[in-house]
Amino acid sequence: MITRKEIDHLAELARIDVSEKDRDSLTDDLESILAYVSEINTLHIGEKTGSPIERHLNVMRPDGEPHVPGLFSEDILREAPETEEGYFKVQKILP
Amino acid sequence: MIKAEELTIKKTGELLRARAFSARELAEAFLKKIELENKKINAYIEVFDDCIKDADRADRAIAEGGGDALTGIPLAIKDAILIKDRRCSAASRMLEQYRATYDAHVISRLRGAHAVFIGRTNMDEFAMGASTENSAFGPVKNPHDISRVPGGSSGGSAAAVAANLALGALGSDTGGSIRQPASFCGVVGLKPTYGAVSRRGLIAMASSLDQIGPIAKNVDDVEIFFNAIRSKDPEDSTSLEYRPNSVPAGRRTIIGVPRDFLKGVDADVLAHFEQTLKKLSENGYEIKDIAIPHIASSLSVYYILMPAEASANLARFDGIRYGLSVQGGDIFSTYKNTRAHGFGREVQRRILLGTYVLSAGYYDAYYNKANAVRGLIKSEFEKAFEEADIIATPTAPTPAFKIGEIKDPVSMYLADIFTVPVNLVGIPAISVPSGTVSREDSSLPLGFQAMAPHFGEERLFEVGRSVEKIR
Repeated sequence: MITRKEIDHLAELARIDVSEKDRDSLTDDLESILAYVSEINTLHIGEKTGSPIERHLNVMRPDGEPHVPGLFSEDILREAPETEEGYFKVQKILP
Repeated sequence: MIKAEELTIKKTGELLRARAFSARELAEAFLKKIELENKKINAYIEVFDDCIKDADRADRAIAEGGGDALTGIPLAIKDAILIKDRRCSAASRMLEQYRATYDAHVISRLRGAHAVFIGRTNMDEFAMGASTENSAFGPVKNPHDISRVPGGSSGGSAAAVAANLALGALGSDTGGSIRQPASFCGVVGLKPTYGAVSRRGLIAMASSLDQIGPIAKNVDDVEIFFNAIRSKDPEDSTSLEYRPNSVPAGRRTIIGVPRDFLKGVDADVLAHFEQTLKKLSENGYEIKDIAIPHIASSLSVYYILMPAEASANLARFDGIRYGLSVQGGDIFSTYKNTRAHGFGREVQRRILLGTYVLSAGYYDAYYNKANAVRGLIKSEFEKAFEEADIIATPTAPTPAFKIGEIKDPVSMYLADIFTVPVNLVGIPAISVPSGTVSREDSSLPLGFQAMAPHFGEERLFEVGRSVEKIR
């Protein structure tokens, strides 16, 4: 069972302002999706089958010559809602 | 007079090099056709009228004797793949005004081949859907029956090719988003091996599953297109050197069929699939029943892992760096307002679901368990490929359904039942039109899905061409 209160908590974690109206239908949707996927909890599988992710190796790029500072800044900042002197502008975080 | 419906990539390449018409004339003919016919199916979100300049460059390359297989070919690009300085929205309000700051790796490859990008195609928002009804810019309609969906999420790409509004199109496939619309629209779609094609510049949904691939009218064209885009890209650390893995010479190709998995399929679809198998067996293939015991759990595994990864990937849309920004009184309100206004219903649903399965207390029961079952399914596929060279199923359990017909999310997710195992395992698969079925007054295409081991694309092209011959 997923409750409306849990949906509120998930919406808070996911930083989405869910409206009252949407909250009810999202609760029902998640409920039915979770009922479907919970089927995997009935499977008894052996110990040996670890996550395929764990068998993969990370691929790191060797350190090399960095690009010229500012080379892409103008293009990237062009897309930002608010900028100031070559930086993204962000509302204050601490009260 | 250029007749788009008679052209394929292969044939057009030959005609361009023989100077039967120029790339500019070809691009103009497609732009004109799109202007007349796109309104009916809504396949394109934006048409690039200035692609004539790309066509002129292609003509110069041909004049200098430098044209290759895709030079001058008009291609449509899914609206999730970045083309520098063009808008790229993922069919979302969140990115409606966003202009790409760089070219996706596949776009650089295609530019190098002097292909012509004719427009960006409609899709389910952030590639989340199986019908293209989740687009913020209206649904795409199936060219075979405009009351029906084209499939999704690459519905615009498949519909554009099916309606002869492009000779090929790029799509992306996380759980079936190239193959299922290809099946619904009667075109060929390839989901390549994970790592065969760079994803740099693809707007990410679920990074352990996402793959870019080609859609075209026939298998030869898909093969040409795939060979043009596959390559190891140092800027996508999941991309790999290509090591072809074909069927050993001197024996028949064995097609394995996981028959237990086909229960619940539409009766006409199943009968048609069996008929295709029968014809393949009469044409030199060996058909064999195989077991993949946990394959039926693939959809559950997928609908845990995919939303988990999507919720992390979509955290970047915060109203600060790019895309939509809906200001609030403080920074947290700005995040929450932006994401409430920018994301549509299905996207919000999947982000919340992903947040749930990753949250403390549920992580082991869902995310970890799903990863373990994914590992098990992967090892079962490896075993199955010791017995068979190809594994076959229908691409989708039904033909194209009506727009608005499927309302609840779980029923919609079932449209992906035969396509998701491929993404979980990372192998390649192709959907090839194998015939049609009648529904009301319409004749609707059906797709035959062939899967191969990693780097087995050549096997898929071989069996795909056989399906084309016998249908």
